[in-house]
Amino acid sequence: MKTNVRNVYLLPYVVWMGMFVVAPILLIIYYSFFDIEGKWTLSNYQTFFTPIYLKMAANSIWYAFLVTLFSLLIAYPAAYALTKTKHKQLWLLLLILPTWVNLLLKVYAFLGIFGTYGLANAVLAAVGIGTKQILFTDFSFVFVSVYIFIPFMLLPIFNALEELNPSLIDAARDLGASAWMTFRRVVFPLTLDGVKAGCQAVFIPALSLFMITRLIAGNRVITLGTAIEEHFLVTQNWGMGSTIAVFLIITMAVVVAVTGNRKRG
Amino acid sequence: MQSSHKWGKAYLAVVFVILYLPIGYLIYYSFNKGGTMHDFSGVTLDWYKEVLHDTRLWIIVLNTITIALLSAAISTILGVIGALAIYYVKSQQVKQILLTLNNVLIVSPDVIIGASFLILFTMIGIQLGFTSVLLSHIAFSVPIVVLMVLPKLQEMSPTLIDAARDLGANQWDVLTKVILPYITPGIFAGFFMALTYSLDDFAVTFFVTGNDFSTLSVEIYSRARQGISLSINALSALLFILTLALVTGYYFISRRSGMLGVGGRRR
Repeated sequence: MKTNVRNVYLLPYVVWMGMFVVAPILLIIYYSFFDIEGKWTLSNYQTFFTPIYLKMAANSIWYAFLVTLFSLLIAYPAAYALTKTKHKQLWLLLLILPTWVNLLLKVYAFLGIFGTYGLANAVLAAVGIGTKQILFTDFSFVFVSVYIFIPFMLLPIFNALEELNPSLIDAARDLGASAWMTFRRVVFPLTLDGVKAGCQAVFIPALSLFMITRLIAGNRVITLGTAIEEHFLVTQNWGMGSTIAVFLIITMAVVVAVTGNRKRG
Repeated sequence: MQSSHKWGKAYLAVVFVILYLPIGYLIYYSFNKGGTMHDFSGVTLDWYKEVLHDTRLWIIVLNTITIALLSAAISTILGVIGALAIYYVKSQQVKQILLTLNNVLIVSPDVIIGASFLILFTMIGIQLGFTSVLLSHIAFSVPIVVLMVLPKLQEMSPTLIDAARDLGANQWDVLTKVILPYITPGIFAGFFMALTYSLDDFAVTFFVTGNDFSTLSVEIYSRARQGISLSINALSALLFILTLALVTGYYFISRRSGMLGVGGRRR
């Protein structure tokens, strides 16, 4: 009798939500109206709309877009190839496995690979290009971020491709569509949900990657996340940090609204 | 068709190599006598010795494991309660609101979670350290558990509960003898996800940890900022073996329950 059970579970769950979901967001908004001396002010918002911060926000969104785009370009074909293999689940697990290795260790590995005498430069030297400065550039930031996010893009797309009815593809081919046409008109539109979920899973975290910017990009790339970390933990200006956080939350809400509120995985 | 198959396989192999290369690179150089991540000058186990004798590091490893196990256990209980709460809510609107709020922490960037929890703990007056890290790990793991358990609840036939009630089971009996056994696979998957989220978390912990408490991710970050030291490589090799063991365990659990739910890591 589902109808007359008193829902005893609701109270603890709602209390938890109030404490750790609602309260933190309200606190962030509340703090964004205080300056570093603890005075009530709108100056943080004024500061945010100065060219320095606006440029940083635009940069951050641009880099997140690039990371999302490259992840998609690499992950989609991989997911497609994956659906055609024999031991799908095992292959999938092998491709997902690197995500279970601590993120910091993977980032640290690139310190070695991209270093002056590292593997990347050894390869460049061998093909005659010569050594280049790879670390502390925006290229290295995008590369490492894409590397980190490929599995998160791959998984929802793979799931969407798995749910696709193969007879639709056969039908399209039988009716004379070329392989490209079939992909563009049938496969891609039907897996758009997976693509959206993947983009959501990549774009939002990509806005806030401060450890990669600190370790790999040597602060050449400042993302919104880096700025928030800086304000909260270095300069102790919580008000300004919260203001940037408010904009990050707004961006997040927009992205979720555009890509649909689907659960990931 | 055959040729495109070949290309697909080749492409997958390339992606596969790229994904594993950095990990292999780390482990390979963990044996380097030269002490750098280039110019392999000879095999040595010194870095492993260094890691094994590093008492501070082992305390941090223990901290990390303690936090992971505790937060996974507590968030599993809370998550099951949350999933049941959502399941029993009658109105569709309330259900939607609860689910949306539940997913806020899943889509939130780490930095936001970290910063907002830092404010929260400071305001309540919770000491930054073990407690604050534990609480925040519980907080971001609960929604994952809810999402793992809820589908299991929804596929359970309500007639099972009706039957149990008709046969004279009380609320508690229904929960322990009917519902919980049915959703066990989801509970296990949720526990496992919570465990890996906690073990892997960096950004949130970085915000809410004090000066005298550290987890492995935070420690690796602060060491990596000082440059390359091969004891990190040795540590990564040891961790990779542990990860393999954990994932193998997870693989068999999910095989049994017939779902491979690997959520997007929010990092």
